[in-house]
Amino acid sequence: MNGIYFDNNATTRVDPAVVETMLPYFTEQFGNPSSMHSFGNKVGLAIKKARMQVQELLGAEYDSEIIFTSCGTESDSTAILSALKAQPERREIITTTVEHPAVLTLCTYLEKEGYKVHLLQVDGKGRLDMDEYRARLSDQTAVVSVMWANNETGTFFPVVEMAELANAAGAMFHTDAVQAAGKVPLNLKDTKIDMLSVSGHKLHAPKGIGVLYLKRGTRFRPMLRGGHQERGRRAGTENSASIVGLGHAAEMAMAAMTFENTEVARLRDKLEAGILAKVPRSFVTGDPDNRLPNTSNIAFEFIEGEAILLLLNKFGIAASSGSACTSGSLEPSHVMRAMGIPYTAAHGTVRFSLSRYSTEFEVNRVIQVVPEIIAQLRRLSPYWEGDGPAAEPEKAFAPVYA
Amino acid sequence: MWDYSDKVKDHFFQPRNAGVLADANGVGDVGSISCGDALRLMLKVEPESDIILDAQFQTFGCGSAIASSSALTEMIRGLTLEEALKVSNQDIADYLDGLPPEKMHCSVMGREALQAAVANYRGEVWSDDHEEGALVCKCFAIDAVLIEDTIRSNHLCSVQDVTNYTKAGGGCSSCHEGIEDILARVMKDRGETYKPGSAPKEEASPAGLTNLQRIRRIEAVLEAVRPQLKRDGGDIELVDVDGKTIYVNMTGACAGCQMEALTLQGIQQKLMEELKEFIKIVPTKVSSLTRAMKG
Repeated sequence: MNGIYFDNNATTRVDPAVVETMLPYFTEQFGNPSSMHSFGNKVGLAIKKARMQVQELLGAEYDSEIIFTSCGTESDSTAILSALKAQPERREIITTTVEHPAVLTLCTYLEKEGYKVHLLQVDGKGRLDMDEYRARLSDQTAVVSVMWANNETGTFFPVVEMAELANAAGAMFHTDAVQAAGKVPLNLKDTKIDMLSVSGHKLHAPKGIGVLYLKRGTRFRPMLRGGHQERGRRAGTENSASIVGLGHAAEMAMAAMTFENTEVARLRDKLEAGILAKVPRSFVTGDPDNRLPNTSNIAFEFIEGEAILLLLNKFGIAASSGSACTSGSLEPSHVMRAMGIPYTAAHGTVRFSLSRYSTEFEVNRVIQVVPEIIAQLRRLSPYWEGDGPAAEPEKAFAPVYA
Repeated sequence: MWDYSDKVKDHFFQPRNAGVLADANGVGDVGSISCGDALRLMLKVEPESDIILDAQFQTFGCGSAIASSSALTEMIRGLTLEEALKVSNQDIADYLDGLPPEKMHCSVMGREALQAAVANYRGEVWSDDHEEGALVCKCFAIDAVLIEDTIRSNHLCSVQDVTNYTKAGGGCSSCHEGIEDILARVMKDRGETYKPGSAPKEEASPAGLTNLQRIRRIEAVLEAVRPQLKRDGGDIELVDVDGKTIYVNMTGACAGCQMEALTLQGIQQKLMEELKEFIKIVPTKVSSLTRAMKG
């Protein structure tokens, strides 16, 4: 399919080389790796290789620390529920207001079950207050779950440092690294991170495969019990083709790590600067100095994101938005709200997320198209007059009922 | 991606009547900035005839909000104010060949802008008590505020009650956990505990009927529909009445007719209107499945 795909934080295309590696595992290598015959044996060996490839990407000390799961969400749920089960005397969870729903929704549910959940606030650039974090840690903390990089803004959290603090308090530390894995170097063996979630489809592996990293010695209670797969820590017949695919994708991501952090970052910066230079009343959200190399989240004031996406789509450009309408909810992105971005801007946020397949030509094209789309929608906006916002836009248009 | 009709896309990509109407004499500003949609509707009304000569809009909102605004201006141009006020949100949605359930509120906003603009033209103050909550039931587009209000004002205590009163939860049933959460919260407020699975108490008939009176009325309704059924070669008989469940037996051509469910639904509606309470009509004995197995 032709078109400009700048929505790689949502999902990525499976690398053709990855598909190639996977194909035999649908056909001649269809065996069950648990079987005692040669049909299964080769599959078992292939999974072993994939486990080592993922170990390498995460910088894990042992390959047995890698547990294959079905997705990032399963890894998140498994990690947090395990920490609570393994330490029944500790009844508190610390997380942040800007986590992915995979963590936040689970925590809201656990709150109803009687656990105390501390939500760490962020500032206008999406940064945490480490003093607040220190104050929340106690001998009641069962688990701290803080994302490595935010999916909407790309902003990093200081998870390595936070894991040290959690460890000192005797609490377990989990991080959702779904956006970070494959984009920035990880070296888990030198950290106090106990558990970490990865999702295959964010790094050019297929959907339906994920990883839970579990540091050796971390007390663990499985979520899925049954067979002895994954050393009894995640029962269920292995998704062998996808595991093999993820292993290959991990190796490719390792090889492209420098490229990702130089060339992809350069293209992202060019895109961002190009748009900001041509579109008035637009700004970058999150912390531009400390974020993923591929992500740019731009707020376009006084217009709504879904409308922007529909028009971009007409030009074959794919991105995503933090507006309420794109998700069918009534509130704009919780991440934008947590950073205190006003509604008139939060609804107009657009996330461009590049990949190592993005090209200069595509970036130039988007820079060319976006300003006209924004201008077109602003001509429809009751907050806008001529070339700029209405004088005191909030007063010029104050609709009835909120 | 939303499943927008071609008409919605058309009105979004080529909005009609967008922009400021300089000599407007009726303006309505409505919407909700927190949920990301807001609309200014501008009307030019001819005072002698009350005819809307011109209508334009400005919208801060998504694709369907812009399309709904555009459609509304097209629909009301040339109408008198009285005629225009008869345009319902469903009319706007129909004009656009339908909207996804999550987007129906865009058509509601259009209708409200119209009311606000007419009030503004007439020198009245328009206020709206409409409050919108998060969408709970996607099958019937019922939001949390409506569910909560209905539970509160009718003292409901089960998911079945909520479905009876609002339709929410009556389709795919995926939202039952959400409905239970609202029930638990509201019931806690009134000092009760929500117990899942506990069937609602079969209260005495709200219309104050005795059992005998109720059964007579049920029979009267069945009598009334009988001639129609007989014309089609079928019949219906009352088998039993157990609280709010009314068991009937469809016979003759009605039994297993493809229209059986529809017919029963119609009868159920008539019964509810007559008894002024929610009842469920259940066909006994005859089911197309058992017949198919026998046949």
